[in-house]
Amino acid sequence: MSRAEPRAGQPGPPPAGDATGGRTDTGADAGVVAGPATGPAAGPVAVRAPRPGWTLGLFRSELVTVFRRRRTQALFAVLAGVPLLVGIAVRIETRNGGSLGGGGRGDGGPAFIEQVSNNGLFLTFAGLAATLPFFLPMAVGVVAGDSIAGEANAGTLRYLLVAPAGRTRLLVAKYVSVLAFCLAATLVAAVSALIVGFALFPVGDVTTLSGTSISLSAGMARALLIALLVAASLVGIGALGLFISTLTDSGIGAMATTVGLLITVQIVDSFPQLHVVQPYLFTHYWLSFADILRDPVSWTGIGKNLGLQALYAAVFGSAAWARFTSRDITA
Amino acid sequence: MAQPSTAQPPADVVIETRGLTKQYRGTLAVDGLDLRVPRGSVFGFLGPNGSGKTTTIRMLMGLIAPTAGSARVLGSPMPRAGRSVLPRVGALIEGPALYGFLSGRDNLLRYDSADPTADPRTRKARVAGALDRVGLSAAAGKRAKAYSLGMKQRLGLAAALLQPRELLVLDEPTNGLDPQGMREIRGLVRELAADGTTVFLSSHLLDEIEQVCTHAAVMARGRLITQGPVAELAAGTRGRLAVTGPDPAQAARVLAVHGVTGLTTDGQRVTGDLPADPPDLAEINAALVAAGVRVRGFGLERASLEDAFVALTGEGFDVAG
Repeated sequence: MSRAEPRAGQPGPPPAGDATGGRTDTGADAGVVAGPATGPAAGPVAVRAPRPGWTLGLFRSELVTVFRRRRTQALFAVLAGVPLLVGIAVRIETRNGGSLGGGGRGDGGPAFIEQVSNNGLFLTFAGLAATLPFFLPMAVGVVAGDSIAGEANAGTLRYLLVAPAGRTRLLVAKYVSVLAFCLAATLVAAVSALIVGFALFPVGDVTTLSGTSISLSAGMARALLIALLVAASLVGIGALGLFISTLTDSGIGAMATTVGLLITVQIVDSFPQLHVVQPYLFTHYWLSFADILRDPVSWTGIGKNLGLQALYAAVFGSAAWARFTSRDITA
Repeated sequence: MAQPSTAQPPADVVIETRGLTKQYRGTLAVDGLDLRVPRGSVFGFLGPNGSGKTTTIRMLMGLIAPTAGSARVLGSPMPRAGRSVLPRVGALIEGPALYGFLSGRDNLLRYDSADPTADPRTRKARVAGALDRVGLSAAAGKRAKAYSLGMKQRLGLAAALLQPRELLVLDEPTNGLDPQGMREIRGLVRELAADGTTVFLSSHLLDEIEQVCTHAAVMARGRLITQGPVAELAAGTRGRLAVTGPDPAQAARVLAVHGVTGLTTDGQRVTGDLPADPPDLAEINAALVAAGVRVRGFGLERASLEDAFVALTGEGFDVAG
């Protein structure tokens, strides 16, 4: 810290007068005590030193602010609703004991959808497979795109910066809150699917993609692992959204740009003619989480996915930092 | 024990800029500003809308980087020393900005948690104290979205008062307030100044500056026109002698004899400029009485800051730069 006051070795509780919130003259007194302006920072209120735990306070405030927004709660509701809809649809389709579409729609619906009626746990996999291509990244794009630009738009950014939150610290806090949102959003979808699956369908031992059978508890452990992998798959778009968010003062604009990029990338990823660039698209290895359900687990695709996400986080995180720490805050 | 520190020259000045310049796409928003704000003053930063006041404040607070020149706040260079300077500065910049979905209290809690020097243990008490200070305690639990403009302005002020500050930078603090609210804010500013806080107050309202400020600077079109103690600025233009009574024509005649020039009569009131070597006002009064002029009011009217401004810029105050 720049201001290591020699006599304030302890974190330095504030003058007692502080606790009342009123401005007593302790502040001014302290200034005279700190009087002879030897250092550049010596001055009336200079006794206060940065507190070690304050960064955690900023993170917590950031998380609370993100999760208390109505918009965040609406996104969670949508993410919880998708598995519910899928579950009810499958239940209605198979009400008379029939199987789902009999393989005729093998690649029509999300992966794992055929197994749901036999084992409710598969609704978790199906639910994540259904929300990962669009709903989850869209939600992350909205939250990440709004993170800086939304504050700039509302003008609150300037007050956070003169508080002073510190630009790097604020950016890190923003990214941490975006990552927390990725995890929370995935868990909302997964837990909703788990509850609906257990409520509507029989559950039991899990048949892996390799044809072997594992116990229900082992299956649930793999479901948790899959949820974590899905959350990790969103790290890249989170960093991309954060970067876009530092470019503009319009929250809506940043959200729309991020979601638009997501759609563009999904389209590019679906054209076989564009296979040259596809391995570099952040969506390309998303569905590799299904490899968790092989026996033994195949890690190649998962490793590529995680590596690509880390690369995106590094590239766009640095770009966001470079932009945000040097830009003029005029909003 | 507590005396205003006057010994160290650098400690005397809380804001000092040298040639501070900001250029936006070819237009000079601020042009070579040399500003000195003495410690302990209530400093009025005056200028029409668009004259570069807010741009200057943003540079002082490290939000935007100057194109040229330098700024020192509380003795340290900005924006480089922001982390040590800004916790000692409370700021209201270009109106309040709030999280509409949070209550007034939660807004302050959030801003306070962004301050690295704020003690989380006293946070609640300090927030309650700041709310009380601006008269918002009763509405503290309401969502900020439902606040009126005046309440938002008060909440913004409360955010600046969360900690004891050495310097308060208040950009148009009475915007959106009713006359009663304006009076309260002026009272608050005087109170803070009495505690030893330097208050840097920007405004486009002359009478506001005149009522509370000890020092002032005037900006127009990005340039600093003048700065100094308010009394000196106003003294730059000489006052006018004013005589009120039922015999304005006779009064004007007597005044003209005594060398008063530029006489204007407005109903029962005659005003005029005293000569460069002014005679004793008592003599003039006696002469009026001797001439049988009935006088109801007699006195020298001090030049207002507005007169000073018009004299300095040669234009009306409300012309946007």
